[in-house]
Amino acid sequence: MAELLGFPPQVLFGQLLLGLINGAFYAILSLGLALIFGLLNIINFAHGAQYMMGAFFAYLLLNILGIGYWPALILAPLLVGVTGIIIERLFLSRLYKLDHLYGLLLTFGLALILEGVFRHLYGVSGLPYAQPAALQGGQNLGFMYLPNYRAWVVVASVAVCLGTWLLIEKTKLGAYLRAATENPTLVQAFGINVPVMITLTYGFGVALAGFAGVLAAPIYSVNPLMGSNLIIIVFAVVVIGGMGSIMGAVLTGFGLGIIEGLTKVFYPEASSTVIFVIMAIVLLIKPAGLFGKAH
Amino acid sequence: MLDTNTSVRPSPGAAAAPALLEVENLQAWYGESHILHGMTFQVRRGEVVTLLGRNGAGKTTTMKSVMGVVGQRTGSVRYQGTETISLPPNKIARLGVAWCPEERGIFASLNVRENLMLPPVVKPGGMSLEEVYDLFPRLKERATSQGTKLSGGEQQMLAIARILRTGAEMLLLDEPTEGLAPVIVQQIGTIIRQLKERGLTILLVEQNFRFAATVADRHYVVEHGQVIDEIANSELERNRAKLEEYLGV
Repeated sequence: MAELLGFPPQVLFGQLLLGLINGAFYAILSLGLALIFGLLNIINFAHGAQYMMGAFFAYLLLNILGIGYWPALILAPLLVGVTGIIIERLFLSRLYKLDHLYGLLLTFGLALILEGVFRHLYGVSGLPYAQPAALQGGQNLGFMYLPNYRAWVVVASVAVCLGTWLLIEKTKLGAYLRAATENPTLVQAFGINVPVMITLTYGFGVALAGFAGVLAAPIYSVNPLMGSNLIIIVFAVVVIGGMGSIMGAVLTGFGLGIIEGLTKVFYPEASSTVIFVIMAIVLLIKPAGLFGKAH
Repeated sequence: MLDTNTSVRPSPGAAAAPALLEVENLQAWYGESHILHGMTFQVRRGEVVTLLGRNGAGKTTTMKSVMGVVGQRTGSVRYQGTETISLPPNKIARLGVAWCPEERGIFASLNVRENLMLPPVVKPGGMSLEEVYDLFPRLKERATSQGTKLSGGEQQMLAIARILRTGAEMLLLDEPTEGLAPVIVQQIGTIIRQLKERGLTILLVEQNFRFAATVADRHYVVEHGQVIDEIANSELERNRAKLEEYLGV
């Protein structure tokens, strides 16, 4: 078969797909982070742990209650969202008037506790989670082999990102959210219960992380540390995209996943650092991020 | 000094109306700073009442305290007889009080129409979108512009317009003329008089007493977080020397 840019197409497209899958996870996770940061002013360091909880809840639903992948895709994020709501009411709501640093420290501590608990209960070797029967196998596209489940991950994450974007940009609820991100006091003075909105936004943001966790469970093994490996990259993605920009978070997530995948083809040695190099360059040239607004 | 607890002079035309807003011994703090030291005043239904005073006298803080957005406040603020001193701002808004803040608070991430439609309707009887557009035709033309791309005068119009849809009966307008060209100030005066004709009750914060005199029934003079005098609009000319001394103009 002909080569593309000096590489067999299978290699090129294979890495591109891998990049797209990673990008899908970066996009969903940074979307949730951007939402939470926008409204709560909290840098949610527990986001990786909440992603991991999503995967674990899917695993536990299957192995304890016999609930399969499709219901878990809804139930596990809901459960993560509920734990988020409890965390917000019990802890985060006390920190809003303080510096960002306190929220970061609290959520970082929570992440360590959550990871520690799951590590204690399930070890670090990783637990298997099977692909749903309907998505086993794959398609031979001629230039590459496309596993069905991976195609689904890309489709599902694009749909979730697009749905969230529509919710925020095109609905009344989204207008409240955008307005409250700018000036919560005034929005509350219009008669909106902003504290409840903040609680639900945190719940929704971490439920998105839980959703990504369920999507990830059949691809990566379910592992207490799966979130902490990912979250550092996701923070770099958020910094590059610009804190608080929804579309920016999504586009940057997918874009950087693809760049990372292509780097694996063209210069594999740099593949684990390319995102951080981009982050450093963006911070030098445009400190507010590609899509962020300078304040 | 006038004891406003006992001797509020009725203003012409509003004498029989009951007090819609009754503020009594209102104290407020920002952190450690004690800003209001016992504000006492009333606004009757259908009246336009101004709080006059120098910068830093506590006029804006009074408004924010009535709206409930100042965290630490004591005393009594009754709206239609309901005590609101310990209510959160969203509950106070739902009683029918609407606030147009000094900095206008137009949202940059919302277009003009979204800004206009943002405050939820809290009572029946508010203006329809068409009525609002009739009153402010410029806002219709610029409906899809980003809110903060409007001129200062247009932003002020938008800030007033959006609380007219909600059905609120009491409007708190904080320095609506600040920094605006004289022709816009005139327009805002016209609008305030129209709103009064519609039966709305307005509490106005102003530094410009010449403007206040064109729209208001009564004026309270505020200094150091207290009401130090009350002047009916009809007596404004006679009290001009005293007022100029209060305001330092």
